[in-house]
Amino acid sequence: MSRRLITDAKNTWCPGCGNFSIQHTLKDVLAGMEEEGRSLDNVVLVTGIGCHGKMADYLNINSFYAIHGRTIPVATGIKIANPDLSVICCAGDGDAYAEGLTHMIFAAKRNIDITLIVHDNRVYGLTTGQYTPTSPLNFHGRSTPAGSLEKPFNPLELALVSGSTFIARAYTRKLDHLRSTLREAIDHRGFSFVDVLQICATYYNMTESYNARVYELEDHDPADFNAACAKMREWDYSSDAAIALGTFYRTSAPTFDEEFSKGRQGDEERKGAIAALLDQRV
Amino acid sequence: MNDYSILIGGKAGEGINKAGSVIARILSHLGYFQYMYYDYPSLIRGGHNFAIVRASTRRIGTHRNAIDFLLALDQNTVDTHRWRCDAETVVLFNANKVEAEGMGIPIEDIVDEEGGSSVMVNTGLIGAFGRAAGIPWDTMEAVLTLEIPKKIETNLRIARRGYDTVEEQNPIPPQEKTTHPILTGNEAIGLGLLEAGLEAYVAYPMTPSSSLLHFLAGSAGDFGIKVIHPENEIAVMLMAQGCAYAGARTAVGTSGGGFCLMSEGLSMAGMTEVPVVIVMGQRGGPSTGIPTYTAQGDLHFILNAGQGEFPRFVISPGNAEQAYEWSARALNLSWKYQAPSFILVDKTLAEGTYSFDREIPEPVGREGEPRWEGGSPYHRYADTESGVSPLATVPLGGEVIKVNSYHHDEHGTTIEDPVLVAWLNEKHMRKEEAMLDQIETLSPVVTAGKRSAETALLCWGSNIGVCTEVAEEAGLRVIQPLVLSPFPVQAFNAALEDVTTLVAVEDNLTGQLTRLVEGLGCCVDDAILRYDGRPFSLEELREHVEEVIA
Ligand SMILES: Cc1ncc(C[n+]2csc(CCOP(=O)(O)OP(=O)(O)O)c2C)c(N)n1
Ligand code: SF4
Ligand SMILES: [Mg+2]
Repeated sequence: MSRRLITDAKNTWCPGCGNFSIQHTLKDVLAGMEEEGRSLDNVVLVTGIGCHGKMADYLNINSFYAIHGRTIPVATGIKIANPDLSVICCAGDGDAYAEGLTHMIFAAKRNIDITLIVHDNRVYGLTTGQYTPTSPLNFHGRSTPAGSLEKPFNPLELALVSGSTFIARAYTRKLDHLRSTLREAIDHRGFSFVDVLQICATYYNMTESYNARVYELEDHDPADFNAACAKMREWDYSSDAAIALGTFYRTSAPTFDEEFSKGRQGDEERKGAIAALLDQRV
Repeated sequence: MNDYSILIGGKAGEGINKAGSVIARILSHLGYFQYMYYDYPSLIRGGHNFAIVRASTRRIGTHRNAIDFLLALDQNTVDTHRWRCDAETVVLFNANKVEAEGMGIPIEDIVDEEGGSSVMVNTGLIGAFGRAAGIPWDTMEAVLTLEIPKKIETNLRIARRGYDTVEEQNPIPPQEKTTHPILTGNEAIGLGLLEAGLEAYVAYPMTPSSSLLHFLAGSAGDFGIKVIHPENEIAVMLMAQGCAYAGARTAVGTSGGGFCLMSEGLSMAGMTEVPVVIVMGQRGGPSTGIPTYTAQGDLHFILNAGQGEFPRFVISPGNAEQAYEWSARALNLSWKYQAPSFILVDKTLAEGTYSFDREIPEPVGREGEPRWEGGSPYHRYADTESGVSPLATVPLGGEVIKVNSYHHDEHGTTIEDPVLVAWLNEKHMRKEEAMLDQIETLSPVVTAGKRSAETALLCWGSNIGVCTEVAEEAGLRVIQPLVLSPFPVQAFNAALEDVTTLVAVEDNLTGQLTRLVEGLGCCVDDAILRYDGRPFSLEELREHVEEVIA
């Protein structure tokens, strides 16, 4: 029997919020995995704090509703402790790129086999509309009423130079593409990173602008680092340039979680190992 | 009673800590209990490092000022420590560098002639010490071979030349006693955690806890554990929570500055009820403070860290056996009650070296925790009388496990309803009652010295060593609460029975344990406080105690 994937928790996202698209797409991806015989018991969702985080309450799968900015270290710990689990992070852009940026860079650097989905609405939703690291220059947020003074950074480039082995971008109004991208990210062995341009209906509704500018990558070789870098640089998260969607970069490399010892030492074996160590110290 | 004290000093980079360990092990092989205090500034080359190794026929946990042997690799050592010497002190020094009265050995010449390298100078000095102390060459050779795996032939030749250069001066007679293993406090903590089933250790380097990270990383293969050194202490704490969620018994280690970064994760652990053990090695603060020197300045920080109200265990062992036994307990307790457990130590214990008597710690082992026994649906935060909800680990056959840092219902779903909010807060704090009940059964307050005395020294952490020795001489009682949260009031009051004068001994300026027990209505008559980064020596504490109780 397949499980009901949406919980009874009351949904409190604003009407028109892009989080619904991510939720239902993820649900479809999970249902697909289950149909293929993969047990969802082995999937753990880790979320940050922000509108995106509510995914933990809304999806009926194992979840760790963590704290702001800290999805990645929790997910890393889970994966190291049990490498058989599929660990997915749903993080916010404020969450992953501001409060917890170090963790993202290090997760990419160590190529831990987890999936990071950033709900990139380019605004702090839950704290009612401040600028984030991916808001455009001169963003009129509530903490920057005269316009933000900082240029955004490009999270894809950051992931690339940090060593991420899977880097993609998707958009909450391109559902088929979002679905295939999320599935590909989850299936990838190593650190997979998907920046999802998510519509915030209330504080940063970019629907028209994105609809006019997005296109899907074609004839792009994701194994080509330089081509990936060039494609990522087409749009700097501030300009009106065209916005490519798709898998920019994909490569394979040993994963961090493979490197650790597996299984638990039994009590007797442990006692023996302690006694042996004490003997050496006589 | 036989009691000897040996000081070896030189510059950082000259292997003083290692030399001290070799001497400690030699004395241990002669059948003595040993204790070593290692004093070093926060630098890598130069400066002045010294180790005081003490050997005694009874269990000891402190150094003394007076020394019987001074082993000087440089002039600074002789000049700095002359005040510790008397006419009887045997002074052995590197004659190529040092001018002093006593016995100069041209060790650098010897090392050159034997084709050794400059770090082997201390081997020559140890050799000279061996003869001056009348130690059989067999013992010297056996210990050097155990301690120095590299270039042992050359080292032995150099040691022998040192040995042959001097004459016996103050013989340390062998004892017909068991040779105990030698452990630092940190190693005892690590082994205790392992005994209770540690599966993962996560830490970012910081004195005085780094050596625990090094020890566990170095033994990870032997114990089949996972040791991780991540990007910062924020990640450390959160990774530990992830490991524990996925079923691995996990501990973290740090000092005050690193723990500041962990406090957001600590509060999360209070809310998620995902267990964690935190080894907190205190050094002098505030801020970076004096990185390599001791303090007991973080008790109230640890008791109160983290926003919101949630229970925690704070356990403060004071010697290697306590560190072993109570670290095992700390891990079991954290899993049993799903609350954070602190092992709060000071640099003196963490980096001090002790003879570890295996017969003393109670065998604790890996105790189980209340596990879910089936019945759908699984509720991670199921309501129970004790407040402790049965634990389960992913993957869980069709059931989901939801943990949450927000206020939540039994299932783990976020709530804001006032009735449920109050319910959850009460559930957390209800656990503390169960935790305290259990603690009271575990002899959480140690008494030592003359147990019937009406004057008592009150101490915590490593001061149990020096307090016990002073109290035994002066006929005083010693009271050491091993558990500081939840505070074992019953056991503490029992330990205080018939005490008319209570004198606190602490390594801080404001009397942190004093304030804690005074808050519980206990009256502390006097406090002997030290806050210069150095532990009390036997003579220093003796003098202070005499003044106070005169
Ligand atoms: C340590 C900490 N700082 C600040 C906050 C307050 N806070 C809650 S959500 C949030 C920002 C959310 O923005 P984002 O991560 O982009 O998520 P979104 O709401 O847009 O999905 C902040 C700053 C917090 N919960 N924790
Ligand atoms: S504020 Fe924006 S991101 Fe948050 S729920 Fe509303 S629309 Fe969605
Ligand atoms: Mg956002």
